Amino acid sequence: MTKLWHGLAQALELIVSFDPEVMEITARTLGIAGTSCLLASLISLPLGSLIHFRRFRGKRVLVNVIQTLFSVPTVVIGLFVFVLFSRAGPLGDLGILFTPAAMVIGQMILITPILLGLTISALSGVSNDVVETAISLGASGQQLALLTLREARYAVVAALILGFGRAISELGIAMMVGGNIRGFTRVMTTAISLATTKGELELALALGMLLLLLALVINIVLNRLQQR
Amino acid sequence: MKPLSPIIEVAGLSHSYVDKEILKGLHLGVARGEVFALIGPTGAGKTTLLRIMDLLEIPGSGEVYFDGQRVPRSGKQRLAIRRRMSFVHQKPQVFNSSVYDNVACGLNWRGEDRNKIAAKVDCILETVGLKGYKNRNARTLSGGEAQRVALARSLVLQPEVLLLDEPTANLDPVSTAKIEELLSTAARQRNTTMIIATHDMSQGQQLADRIGVLLDGRLVQTGNAGDIFRSPQNADVAHFVGVENIIEGVVIANNEGIATVSVGDDHHGIGIQAVSGYPVGEEVYACVRPEDVTLTPMLHPSSARNSFQARVTRVTTLGPLSRVEMHCGFRLIALVTRISAEELSLQVGTEVHATFKATGVHIMERRIRQ
Repeated sequence: MTKLWHGLAQALELIVSFDPEVMEITARTLGIAGTSCLLASLISLPLGSLIHFRRFRGKRVLVNVIQTLFSVPTVVIGLFVFVLFSRAGPLGDLGILFTPAAMVIGQMILITPILLGLTISALSGVSNDVVETAISLGASGQQLALLTLREARYAVVAALILGFGRAISELGIAMMVGGNIRGFTRVMTTAISLATTKGELELALALGMLLLLLALVINIVLNRLQQR
Repeated sequence: MKPLSPIIEVAGLSHSYVDKEILKGLHLGVARGEVFALIGPTGAGKTTLLRIMDLLEIPGSGEVYFDGQRVPRSGKQRLAIRRRMSFVHQKPQVFNSSVYDNVACGLNWRGEDRNKIAAKVDCILETVGLKGYKNRNARTLSGGEAQRVALARSLVLQPEVLLLDEPTANLDPVSTAKIEELLSTAARQRNTTMIIATHDMSQGQQLADRIGVLLDGRLVQTGNAGDIFRSPQNADVAHFVGVENIIEGVVIANNEGIATVSVGDDHHGIGIQAVSGYPVGEEVYACVRPEDVTLTPMLHPSSARNSFQARVTRVTTLGPLSRVEMHCGFRLIALVTRISAEELSLQVGTEVHATFKATGVHIMERRIRQ
């Protein structure tokens, strides 16, 4: 018990003193998750609008598939990306395995279905009367999609935040395709995992508390948005 | 009478939702600059017709013509044509943004110059009396204000055809008057063609050059207000336009255009005289508008042609008017001012003379009733 209290006190000290290693890992985590979230949203918002506004056969099946992909385990994606970029793999020549780029790609695969699915449901939340009013006022397909996204902006931002939260908190992909290389691909979750096995409880706890803090901030922002 | 060069025209229009037939072979052309009121009860198909005209919906069968050209059933041309019109939907849907952005969006979508947009939006907001509301979020407006934003948003586009679906439904009388004023100004100053769907007869009468009565998916009668209110084509139209007295009878004499129609529950020779050319033996309806019936005390018998002794069976107050139900061998309803109702001390059982002119009776043959 004393060991735990001791670890907690030291962890707090690491945070309060802005320990360079803790800060560096946190910054990298935010950077990688932010990049994957941004790139995934560049794919998901237009694609989600397209799926929402187009009528085609198998649309419901597609939406169901997307929703199923919400819960793909991160290690499965990690494995897939690992095989893809490993030296003998189809994209092995790129040489990006164990780099932040591979982590970003893995996280994009993880959160794109989430962003896509939530974008579609956000757009469905906009009343059909609003959509038809815009059509009557002469909106083209693209203008209509932009307006509808703007009308659904709170739900869309909530989707982005959720995707970001999923990206910063995942371990499987970061470990398998990032490799937890110190100063290069080490992020909060991989660092916590390693520190725990090495018995460096204070570092693990400090990073754990920071991660929780981030989750808390994200949740507060999300709640605020949804209350509007 | 067919308008010479309709800006918008529908021909042979039929449309169904699931298994319900909404429109049944409808023809309508509206001339450039004309204000056309589409009146009819809820569910008659007014909204569906407007939606097809605005190209929101593709009709089950039939064609839409705009400015003399057939509108294709798909493709980019539909957007180009739709941009020459504007449709104000029944429930005003404002976008969740400022009043300015709401009004500017149609112009933005048409790629107009930014400065021009600003000038036009300012001008139209002043016209609709929302000048100070530019930066307010449109979602915070009252129903009447939101309806004015919706109207401004359409008017600012200076559409060639403005389609309006119940523009004043759910509004208080003050807001209604404002909207009606705006519409008649727009019609006069900009010569905008308008098609207004309404269930409010007086609104149609007040705003429109021509009225069409839509009943159960069919355009039953079109004409100017006088035609429709005085000479409805059949009993359904008569009923809808507020002719409360539709009395069944048979023509028993016709002397130089003055027909005598035998009416009454027991056909005991009660005759209504009317200006009509129908021959003897024709089964007809005699239609009398309740406001055309005058009531006088029993002491002063009238020498008018249609004067009947009547016993009051019911009196209802409608604002400044009183609606008097009577029996005089047939059921007759009169609409009189409240003051005259008080002067005659009308109550159930009162005996009065009910009088209406022979020219105030519209006769229609019974067999055209659908």
